[in-house]
Amino acid sequence: MRPSADAVVIGGGVVGAAIAYNLLKSGMKSVVLCEKSTFASGSTGRCGAGVREQWGAEHNIRLAKASIDMFEHLAEELGYDQDIEFKQKGYLILAHTEKEWDQFKKNVELQHRLGVNSMLLTPEEAKDIVPALNTEGMLGATYNSRDGHANPFHTTRAFLQAARRLGGDICFFTEVTAIELEAGKVKRVRTSRGDISSPVLVNAAGPWAAVVAKMVGVDLPVYTQRHQILVTEPVGWFLDPMVMSFSIGIYCQQTPHGSVVMGIGDPDEPKGYDTGHSWQFLREMASIVCRLLPVLRDVRVVRQWSGLYTMTPDAHPILGKVPGVDGYYQAVGFSGHGFMLAPVVGRLLSEMILGKQPFIDISGLDLGRFERGEYMVEPSVV
Amino acid sequence: MSKRDEDIIVCRCEDVTLADIRKAIGEGATTMDEIKRITRAGMGPCQGRTCRLLVAAELSRYLGKPLEQVMPSTYRPPVKAVKLGDLADMDADPEEVRED
Ligand SMILES: Cc1cc2nc3c(=O)[nH]c(=O)nc-3n(C[C@H](O)[C@H](O)[C@H](O)COP(=O)(O)OP(=O)(O)OC[C@H]3O[C@@H](n4cnc5c(N)ncnc54)[C@H](O)[C@@H]3O)c2cc1C
Ligand code: FES
Repeated sequence: MRPSADAVVIGGGVVGAAIAYNLLKSGMKSVVLCEKSTFASGSTGRCGAGVREQWGAEHNIRLAKASIDMFEHLAEELGYDQDIEFKQKGYLILAHTEKEWDQFKKNVELQHRLGVNSMLLTPEEAKDIVPALNTEGMLGATYNSRDGHANPFHTTRAFLQAARRLGGDICFFTEVTAIELEAGKVKRVRTSRGDISSPVLVNAAGPWAAVVAKMVGVDLPVYTQRHQILVTEPVGWFLDPMVMSFSIGIYCQQTPHGSVVMGIGDPDEPKGYDTGHSWQFLREMASIVCRLLPVLRDVRVVRQWSGLYTMTPDAHPILGKVPGVDGYYQAVGFSGHGFMLAPVVGRLLSEMILGKQPFIDISGLDLGRFERGEYMVEPSVV
Repeated sequence: MSKRDEDIIVCRCEDVTLADIRKAIGEGATTMDEIKRITRAGMGPCQGRTCRLLVAAELSRYLGKPLEQVMPSTYRPPVKAVKLGDLADMDADPEEVRED
């Protein structure tokens, strides 16, 4: 590991990887990325890895749209010799309550205004897209064909390999233990494998973001919460889009490999760092998904696991610098959708760090918004 | 003559060859978890029961470390592949069903 750098990035998840790559691509000479474990060991390697433009709040729509633009050429841009398995077969989002349906109409209107080609569908039209769907009790659905999925391990690794090729120092099994400031400026980063002096530090520590922020005296209004997920054996192709419902609290998607990944959003899940998994989840998941997609009854579960969401009070990430700590930047609090935002956030953070005008205005996503009381609302999360 | 690496299947469930494993190691993977994430070896229906040792052996040979020191990759239940329909129909007390 180098003794000094132009920037140190903490976190080898997809967000840290994307930031390190973009800094190097934009001409920064010496970038060190510290990861206490190995690549994609935090939330990234445990996530559903869905990407969608169908959000209900303007920032999320803009960011996700730009990210999908980037995903479309990502493997090429990064010169990755394997497949990041990016597929665009859409998201089908189901409405089962009047309230939800009203919200979806508003969402689609906003999405159209921002250039997203989402559609409102009748239950019959939804069934044309997913013949296996049980539409009983459904009022309608929204659909957007540009939404999809990518492989989180390969996406992260593609960013890291490209960063390495550009001269980045990607250090696994290197934990950041302290950050030294001098006159309110980032000065030196202490790690389990030695010190690095650097004027810039990027916190992309995922669920541990608040721990890292504390190292520079910043309090983050975030909490972590467990989310469980499972994957089945690979089966013949039957499900083009991601199927999702906010009122039922489920998402379910077939990966290019044929296996089916699914999870539920359970508000009673423990907060904190527990990443165990429960039998109750298996049963609840199974009973919900078998009602929606009865063909799954005969499909076997091969693995279950859980990961952490890092939630902010308004389900939007916290991006950028913090007044009073020069050289400190953060990309944290992704509230369950950081995988899809990583490509665009990598670019935006690098623009901020290099003193350029970010290509999308994200000044409203700073930490200060909570003090200013400028909360945003995102109605569409699982 | 020994078979070529591309013809030797290490993980039957996921169709991963010795060549795939060696490529991942050659590109810097030093743990079982990394190899699993890159190649899918160990992610199949048998959850690595068949291939885990073969991957560990390859890694231990490459790193010159004894087998026990090659980090075991995370093991994720359920142990036996269960049908979603069977899980959905179950309404016995979960704690009791868990014993098998
Ligand atoms: C079950 C589940 C499903 C999800 N589904 C989706 C989805 O469909 N779409 C989507 O977009 N998002 C999804 N997410 C959210 C997504 O996983 C996260 O938002 C995203 O992965 C965040 O990436 P990250 O790089 O910020 O964090 P992480 O991947 O957690 O990376 C942070 C890294 O920092 C390292 N680290 C922490 N502290 C230190 C330290 N002191 N020193 C060195 N290293 C450190 C950690 O080891 C970790 O590897 C899901 C999450 C879960 C749990
Ligand atoms: S043989 Fe590798 S997972 Fe079954």
